[in-house]
Amino acid sequence: MSGGVHPADPVSDAVAGAFRDERATVLATLIRQAGDFQLAEDAVQDAFEAAVTAWRRDGIPANPGAWITTAARRRAIDRLRRDRSVADRAERLAELTRLDQDEEELSMDDESSIVDDRLRLIFTCCHPALEMPAQVALTLRTLGGLTTGEIARAFLVAEPTMGKRIVRAKRKIADAHIPYRVPADEELPDRLRGVLRVVYLVFNEGYAATKGDRLVRGELCDEAIRLGELLTRLMPDDAEVWGLLSLMLLHDARRAARVDPEGRYAALDAQDRSLWDRDRIADGLTTLERAVSLRRPGEYQLQAAITALQIQAPDAENTDWAEIAELYGALARLNPSPVVELNRAVAVGLADGPAAGLTLLEPLLGDPALERYQPLHAAHAELLSRAGYASAAAGAYERAIALTANAVELAELERRLGALHAD
Amino acid sequence: MAHYMLLVYQEEVDPAEQAEREREMPMFVELHRSLREAGLLVGVQRLHSTESATSVRVRGGETEITDGPFAVTKEVLAGYYILDCADLDEALKQAARVPAACWGTVEVRPIMPADEWLRVSREAGADLPDEAVKDMA
Repeated sequence: MSGGVHPADPVSDAVAGAFRDERATVLATLIRQAGDFQLAEDAVQDAFEAAVTAWRRDGIPANPGAWITTAARRRAIDRLRRDRSVADRAERLAELTRLDQDEEELSMDDESSIVDDRLRLIFTCCHPALEMPAQVALTLRTLGGLTTGEIARAFLVAEPTMGKRIVRAKRKIADAHIPYRVPADEELPDRLRGVLRVVYLVFNEGYAATKGDRLVRGELCDEAIRLGELLTRLMPDDAEVWGLLSLMLLHDARRAARVDPEGRYAALDAQDRSLWDRDRIADGLTTLERAVSLRRPGEYQLQAAITALQIQAPDAENTDWAEIAELYGALARLNPSPVVELNRAVAVGLADGPAAGLTLLEPLLGDPALERYQPLHAAHAELLSRAGYASAAAGAYERAIALTANAVELAELERRLGALHAD
Repeated sequence: MAHYMLLVYQEEVDPAEQAEREREMPMFVELHRSLREAGLLVGVQRLHSTESATSVRVRGGETEITDGPFAVTKEVLAGYYILDCADLDEALKQAARVPAACWGTVEVRPIMPADEWLRVSREAGADLPDEAVKDMA
């Protein structure tokens, strides 16, 4: 909860703690029971506001989560009595009232139904009928508990714009009857891929750190990892869920080292390794083992394995590039893309010599769609330079430089071009 | 006798202007009643705004689902289906089965139930009696 928090006030701490730990769970269940996103969200918000006064007056309850659940349900009943615009209003009211009289039964709510509600919430927020930015915003808002203002700042969007996006998404869920459920088995792989994409997008938005408030962006990384951890608890049998978490942990472990003391982007090779978070790397590696033990390879696991090899090697010279090239090959078979092909060519160039890399680069260089793809020309230049073709390398560097907008990358490419002439 | 479809187009406007339009609803109800009495009315329904629309295309055997209405291109309206589905997922699944989804677009729009139409108009100040609901569908 933001605003008005007294640092050493136990009630504020308890409310903030309940908000952090219980809000998503309470909300997920209430959305199912009330059948309406907006109504449930408002009722949960009301309950947290009421908690501040009530807990100060009556003391902090033994089970804050249960208190919030009951309070939110009663607020939802009050709101439903007043708001006639909710579909199936009478049935909803009857159901909520019955639940309210059956407190005993409710507290028996087993762990699995709570897990199901949070999964329902994730799959609904990441429904493909919602546009991607709305999926991301809704996920951060409902599961992450971020405010609209925080999400707007993280994505460099004006707050009213972000507010409209979220309101519109919630209205579409209601008007178009986007179901609140975990997809059936036959749809599940596809839909889960969509969920993982949203989580990874949140992470990358925070990790890119090229623009925007760095503090907020760090929170996005943390939030994505929290969501990733939640998914591993909810779907522990899915290898890619573990793969994505591992990939995020391994990247995040190097967050502090990605920018050098002058504020410039530092490539893996140039990073100060003493800044790496060793515990996080260990977590990432254990998570990757867990993923691999499920024996269902996938994109995120392969990317995590590649990152793990790069991190574990003492430096670029002593990296197992042959194994990395192999992993990129597997990635290309699963999901062919020029970016993966390019990375594979670079790895092969480092494993088997620049000539082998250049051969793999050949078809990419002939692809008109990649003519303006800067990383391709930068990699081409690097391989040519290593192969000893200085003048061809200079041409490729110039080409890459012409396509670079980022000042830091530009300086690095110019430095390499200069080194070429000095040889 | 022949059947004709009357497609109603309008600009989507801000809530204040939309409220003004809602207050004109008694004129619609009157029209529907007179069409029904003349034996001309086969069906009339109001659609939710395009904000709740989803477009479905099938390309290379893969179903593509996008948020939003069908974008203005050279494609024109060729036909319609009204399905009774449990939820949007089912509607999208059936939309992907329409053969034209392979070369065109199937826009899926929820229909506003008659009682909701009545409520929305009344909330904006339209003077409509309860029984008007039977002339709103």
